[in-house]
Formats: sequence, C-alpha cells, structure tokens
Amino acid sequence: MKKNIIISGVGGQGILTIATVIGTAALSEGLELKQAEVHGMSQRGGDVQSHLRISSNPIASDLIPEGKADIIISIEPMESLRYVNMLHKKGGWLVTSMNPFNNIANYPPIEDVLNAIWKLPHYVTIDANRVAKDLGSIKAANIVVLGAASPFLDIKYESLEKAISSIFSKKGDDIVQLNLKALKAGKDYADERT
Amino acid sequence: MQKLLLLGDEAIAQGAIDAGISAVYAYPGTPSTEITEYIQVSKDASAKKIKSQWSANEKTAMETAIGMSYAGKKSLVCMKHVGLNVAADAFINSAITGANGGLVVLSADDPSMHSSQNEQDSRFYGKFALIPVMEPSNQQEAYDMTRYAFELSEKYGTPVLLRITTRLAHSRAGVKREAEVPQNKMKLSSDLQQFVLLPSIARKQYNMLLDKQELFEEDAMQSGFNKFFPAKDKSLGVIACGIAYNYLLENYEDGKIPFPVLKVSQYPVPRKMVEKLYEMVDEVLVLEDGYPIFEELLRGYLNKGKTIHGRMDGSIPRAGELNPNIVGKALGLEISEGFETPGVLAGRPPQLCQGCSHTDSFTALNEALEPYSRGRVLSDIGCYTLSALPPLEAINSCVDMGASITMAIGAADAGLFPVVAAIGDSTFTHSGMTGLLDAVNQKAPITVLLNDNATTGMTGGQNSSAFEKVDDIVRGVGVEEAHIRIIIPLRRNHEENVKVFQEELEYKGVSVIIARRECVQTLARRMKLKMMEKREAKA
Ligand SMILES: Cc1ncc(C[n+]2csc(CCOP(=O)(O)OP(=O)(O)O)c2C)c(N)n1
Ligand code: SF4
Repeated sequence: MKKNIIISGVGGQGILTIATVIGTAALSEGLELKQAEVHGMSQRGGDVQSHLRISSNPIASDLIPEGKADIIISIEPMESLRYVNMLHKKGGWLVTSMNPFNNIANYPPIEDVLNAIWKLPHYVTIDANRVAKDLGSIKAANIVVLGAASPFLDIKYESLEKAISSIFSKKGDDIVQLNLKALKAGKDYADERT
Repeated sequence: MQKLLLLGDEAIAQGAIDAGISAVYAYPGTPSTEITEYIQVSKDASAKKIKSQWSANEKTAMETAIGMSYAGKKSLVCMKHVGLNVAADAFINSAITGANGGLVVLSADDPSMHSSQNEQDSRFYGKFALIPVMEPSNQQEAYDMTRYAFELSEKYGTPVLLRITTRLAHSRAGVKREAEVPQNKMKLSSDLQQFVLLPSIARKQYNMLLDKQELFEEDAMQSGFNKFFPAKDKSLGVIACGIAYNYLLENYEDGKIPFPVLKVSQYPVPRKMVEKLYEMVDEVLVLEDGYPIFEELLRGYLNKGKTIHGRMDGSIPRAGELNPNIVGKALGLEISEGFETPGVLAGRPPQLCQGCSHTDSFTALNEALEPYSRGRVLSDIGCYTLSALPPLEAINSCVDMGASITMAIGAADAGLFPVVAAIGDSTFTHSGMTGLLDAVNQKAPITVLLNDNATTGMTGGQNSSAFEKVDDIVRGVGVEEAHIRIIIPLRRNHEENVKVFQEELEYKGVSVIIARRECVQTLARRMKLKMMEKREAKA
C-alpha cells in the first residue's frame, strides 16, 4: 500500500489538522509515514501545502514527485488547482471544498475555478462550509473535506474516526462528536457521487 | 521504545537532549526555530533543567555556548543559515580555541529561499572553519547524527557543524530514540590558555586544528555515515550529499540503484572513498541540496578529469531546492508529469494579518511621506517587511537584520532627507541598537520607526529580548527625550499619528517613533491561554 497525498489551503485554514488525523490513523495501522509541512513566511495568509506520504514500505523522499500524487485534498478550491501538476494523470483524485477564501484583489471568478476543476477526470467538490454549518460549526469544514476524501485514502474509516476522537479529545466531547459527524457527512457526500 | 513522529528539527532537539546537553542557545529563524521551541516545552528537558531561553542574536548565542564549552558542559547552538553570518566571528574562532565541553552548531539552510534573503550553503562555513560537518538525510539520521556530533566534538576537542535544509527541518517521520547520555559535570580545560587567542597562542592552536584535519577525514571514513554502495553499471557514479540521497532513491521504485553510489553525510569527505568511486566509473553525477561545493572540488579548477555532472554543467538547475524529478532528469530517466496548471490560478503571497499594528503604522507613515518623492524608507526584516507588497508598498529595502538604521545613516550622508528607518523590536535588540548609537553619535538626520509589537512575529511569536526595554534602550543610547515619540498604531489614532510622523520627518537629527501595539496573533494566543486557565481553575 502506498498513498501520496497533497493537502492544500490558505495559511490558517487548518490543513495541518487534516494531516495529523490521516497521519495518526496511518500510524495506528502500522504504516510508514513522511509528512513535509510548510512553516514560516508563507503561513501568513499565503498559499500552504503539505506533502503526506503513507506506505507499507519505507519511504525515501519527503517530497512527492510531480505527477505522482494519488489525491489532492484542499480546503480552498483555487488552491487545489495550484498542485494539479503533482496529480497522477491516471487515477489521481482531487477533493476540494467549493468555498473560496478571497483575500487577494485578483481572485478569479469562482465559476472559472470550478470549471477548471470539473475538467479533471476524478474530482469531488463539496460545499464544506454549508455542511459544517448545518452540523453546528463552520470550523469543522476541514474535517468535512477530509470525510469526502476518505473513500480514496486506503485507510480504514474506523481508524480515521479513532484518530479524530483522540486528537480532539482535549477540546471536549462536543467537539469530538461534531468532527465525527463532519467526517461522516463528507464521506456520505462522496459515496453518493462516485 | 516506540517511534516518535518528529520533524527533522524536533529529532535534532531530542537527539541533543538525549546526548546530554545542558543548554540550547539560539535566535529564532526559519527553518531552525522548532528545535529550540521543542526543547522549551519538552518535559524531559525541564526535568533535566536544560536551559533554553532565546538569545538576543546568533552571535551572543554562539558565544554563550563557547562559554559553556569552556566550563566543560555540552550545548547546542541553533540558527538559520544567515544567522551564521552574524555568529561567524565567534564561530570561526571557536574552531581555533577548540571545544572543551561538546559544542555543536546547527545551521538550517533554505534552498529556494522559502523564507530567506538568500540560499547560502552552510557547508562552506564548515570548510572555512576547518571543522567536521554532519549532514543528515532523514529524521532518524538527524537524531543519530546530533548525538554523534557531540561525541565527535568531545573526542577531538572541536566544534562540529550540523547542517540541514528546510525540507528535512519541516518534515515529519518516525524516529527511534537511544539510551540517554548524562550531562557533563563542570570541568575547565587542563590548558587554561586554550581560549586565549593572543597571536602566539592562536598560532599554536591553529596548528593543532590543522593537525586534526586528517583525523576528521579518517573519522568520516569510519563513522558509517558515509556509505559506498557498489553496483554493476559503471557508466555513471553518483555522489549524493545529505537529503539528496532520498531523491536519488525515490527514482528507483525497487530501491535498487543501478550505479555505484557514495552517500555523503559527514565532511570532510574521505578522499579514499571518493577516489574509489571515481576510478571505477566513466562519469560522475554530484547531487547537493545547496551550492555545488563538492562538485566544484571534484571538478577542480581546470576541469580536466572525467566528466562531472551537477549544477555546474546544467544537469541540475544552478539555483533552488532539489526534488525527486530534478534528480530523475539528471539521471536521464523518464519523468512523470501531472496535469497542466490552469490559467485561472492567481498568486497568493503572504500578507500582514487582519488587524496587524504594522498596517496602521505604515498607513500613517505613507500619508506623512506623501509630499516627498518616493523611495525614502529603509526597512529591516520582520512581518513588517510584507508592507513592501501592495496595498501598502511602504518600504524600499530589506537586506539583513539591523540594516535599516545604518543604511538610513548612509543614505542621509549621501543627501537623502527626510529618510526613514523601519525596524521591529526583536530586530532592534538583535542588531539595530548599535546602529542607533552610530546615528546618535553622528547626529544623523534620520527618523526611526520602531515597530514594537512585543514579540518576534515573523518566526511565530517567540519572546523578544526587547520586551519592555525598548524605551530605556533608546533613551540610554542618547536619543533626545523630545524626539522619542510613542504612538499607538490604531486606525482611530490615524490623524494624530500622521502628525507625529510629519513633525519628526522635518527634524534634522535622530528621532525615534515607537509604534507600540501587541501582535494580534500573540495577543489571541495569550487570551486563549488565560481562558483555558480560568476554565481549569473553575473545574
Ligand atoms: C540573521 C537573521 N536571523 C534571523 C532571521 C529570521 N528573522 C527574520 S525577521 C525576524 C524577527 C522579526 O521580529 P521583529 O523585528 O520584532 O518584527 P515582527 O516580525 O515582530 O514584526 C527573524 C528572527 C533572519 N532573517 N536573519
Ligand atoms: S504575526 Fe503579528 S506582527 Fe506578524 S503580521 Fe500577524 S499580527 Fe502582524
């Protein structure tokens, strides 16, 4: 088993939480893992991405080679496009929130962004903000997106659930339940459409 | 023991704790910051009373570590690559004094300049100082080599340079810990002149350092960190330094590289190992995540030997970080490609946070400068450097830490008036305050905007050495009381603040405008902590 995952978004949107959940789940299944993060300068409202590699065998490079990402998980639609050069042409999935984070003057029309995504062979686009809000808090939008990506990760769904329970446990049971529901809602959405 | 999931930085920190350091001395700088931060919150480290406060700058950090080495204990010094320029005087001379207690200097390089002004390669400094350099290729090696670096340092009585790059610093993987080594007891050197670099003694010490060179090379042969991997296809031999080895390996899915490979992680690189590879192959490819230091050595000035491929012949781009595909291309392999990047994509540069005090400072400054021609603000490095970009476009320079005030003096000497220097509080105590003394002594007609947000914002909000000391320092250096102006950079104070700037811009001497408001990020963090404490107290 080997999965190359790119997680992307805007600094401050919580992409590292997604990486931590997948990473914790992967470790619980005894898999090897490497995860390159972005710290420093680019965190401040700029584009950020993380390369997460999980495998049943040792992993050499911290960076995913171009064209070898199995999945892009993005909390922001335009940011998902920034890394399509990394996506595997055969079978690579792009899973992204449809909600733009507009902190720049020249953000393109959102229809153009979505149309570019919809040209790809395999994608899931989800209104994660609305789904999360309906469940109780927009803060869980990143976990909704993770849920929508969960069918393509080759990690047991229960492992992801367990990881969420342990990672959010410090914040209280309400937050754990919210995020478990967010994960499920994302997964159901993806299952219905693929 | 179960593996820990650690960043390269954290692996180094844990390695140093387990190697028995008594202190870490550092000034923040991406990508090295997380090493000291890890030690600061490590329960292990606090149980062992390992000292881990931030120093005022890299030079003071380096010198403090030399002091600890003098007294026989082990310490780690951490900085980003350009920090080693600041510490260079102390660093180079520490090679001449040699180490008593273990002394390891970590310098984190930033090829591709993700968060830096340049991509200088710290291995040059190792060679310059004539000391051993370790360059781990992965997180486990980062842990192991940190421990070994301390052994090496004490075995040969020399400082050791540990060099990493951003990718390793900020990437996580499983790391296995080894048995802990105790801290040293205080013990001075048997030679009480060892650290007295008077010419007569320095010459003796320098000769001792030269004599050690052979031992350093021999050690790099024996330690096991430089490895030769034989293979059948002799048309090419590959020398892969540090993390470049991973990118080489990544290109062969079965892990079997068809060519002989020399994996380099400890310098000086043993000549015998290089010769062995060189003799058996037709051509050599050198992979280095940084400058072509080793490639240049191997090529020689006249380049008359075998064909050497690398950054210097264009097989690999001359600048920037390596990655698997760049290495694959250099190997002549077919490279995978993803989808074409669509045209709708817009850039998203980093920017000042919503509500950042710097926005209000520079908005006021911009307005006060409107009557004058543009290009009058010499700035420094910090979050406020982002005000160079739209919409503010408020500053005209960012060269090295502390350069704002001194550059303003030079520009004023050349006739630029009014001229402004913009500097942050942490940068001010790092290396701005000596420049301010120059300005006062010369009565330079400059206006200093000192952005005091009570933290080192750019690197993630570490404690600033300037905290609650800025006013006293400015006063103590000799700036006239009437020209020390304190403003609160808030939108509602805008008119008032513009007026202060206007007044001081016209003054033909040194004025310092201290713009004081806490960074909103550290403020939010503090509030959150307070709330959590309150909640806990209730429960
Ligand atoms: C010699 C050197 N050391 C460290 C750094 C990394 N660095 C860049 S800006 C900065 C500090 C900024 O703090 P401050 O001046 O208080 O400004 P702020 O970011 O808080 O606005 C640091 C540590 C560097 N660029 N050069
Ligand atoms: S981290 Fe602090 S200083 Fe930096 S941009 Fe944000 S608010 Fe401003």
